[in-house]
Amino acid sequence: MPHLDAAYNLARWLAGNHHDAEDIVQEACVRALRFGSTFRGGNSRSWLLAIVRNMAYTWLKKNRPQTLVPINDEELAEIEDPGATATSAFGSADAGFLRAALGELPAEFREAIVLRDIEGLSYKEIAEVANVPVGTIMSRLARARGQLQNYVARKGET
Amino acid sequence: MTCAEIHLLLHAYADGELEVVRSLEIEQHLKGCPKCEAKLNSLKALHTALSESDLAYHAPASLRDKIRHLAPAAERKIERPPSDLQWFWKWIAAGATAVAILTILLRPAEFSQNAPDDALLNDVVSSHVRSLMPGHLTDVLSSDKHTVKPWFEGKLDFAPDVKDFAAQSFPLIGGRLDYVNSRTVAALVYQHNKHLINVFIWPTTSATGAASEMKSYHGYYVISFNTNGFHYTLVSDMDQTELKELAGLLGDQN
Repeated sequence: MPHLDAAYNLARWLAGNHHDAEDIVQEACVRALRFGSTFRGGNSRSWLLAIVRNMAYTWLKKNRPQTLVPINDEELAEIEDPGATATSAFGSADAGFLRAALGELPAEFREAIVLRDIEGLSYKEIAEVANVPVGTIMSRLARARGQLQNYVARKGET
Repeated sequence: MTCAEIHLLLHAYADGELEVVRSLEIEQHLKGCPKCEAKLNSLKALHTALSESDLAYHAPASLRDKIRHLAPAAERKIERPPSDLQWFWKWIAAGATAVAILTILLRPAEFSQNAPDDALLNDVVSSHVRSLMPGHLTDVLSSDKHTVKPWFEGKLDFAPDVKDFAAQSFPLIGGRLDYVNSRTVAALVYQHNKHLINVFIWPTTSATGAASEMKSYHGYYVISFNTNGFHYTLVSDMDQTELKELAGLLGDQN
């Protein structure tokens, strides 16, 4: 089963725990097998991840509605300048610290970072997974990274 | 470009998602702007930290097992009488195949009902979007019409008229071959402020006529017209009025 790691990684980051992530991926695979005929060639990874994402959001809506704060994509990426401290702070940022920072982002921002910086998908592929235009992905990534940098800068001071 | 404009594009630049012209503009700016360069470096540091910290979760063996058992018997080739579940999957597979075949069979009818216009719109907008991806914009990169026009010779069975409108603030960026409307066509690329415009040109037997209505497709504007035996279709994300202005310039040139 190709792409299972990518599917699980996305589900795990969206659901926030191992048990629910497994359920989400399993359910997504059942659907992928059942609706295999809707796959019209192209990128099978994006196709599977899009199903996983839909399942994950359905699950979040039902079980963690408070984590789904609507974000305004129209808003231009206004990134507060984290300044020079942010650059040096990454040197000392360990995985646990980054995990915590990523966990604090809104789901749409978190998935953009996970798919781009961790899974290495292209903007176009991420746009297919999230079912939004490439421009929206660009703006979400910019805002997500701005928030991560601010988080690092903030915690770096304390 | 101003620093604010650079900041908006810096992420796409760092991710290698910008087309060549923009990348070059940004590199030019970075050479003379330490502030933007610092920003780029901090983005790169963040990317390195995220991609090298092993933040990915891997599918546990228990999940792998479950998924393996989900896959229909056909994949595992177990030789025993089919269980109910296997029959179930067989029926699902047969149903899926039927749906796929029906979809394919029904498609030509659907196409002939939707005016060919839609197929053309889809064609030109897809070509436009594809052209914005890195390295796809131009085959011949030149603002000199005397370079661009001869480049098309021998590559096309017609000679498109190539003009530069730099004076009217629509400089010619270059040209490329493209495939639209089931034929090879010439694509000229113009720039206006920060917008890129693709102009697709191919010969037509239709008479010279007024510009078509402005159509909008997936957020892009498309306008077409015929002049002197050539068909022109312009695609861009820029303002309708400005696109009409360029259409006017191209239509008036003779």
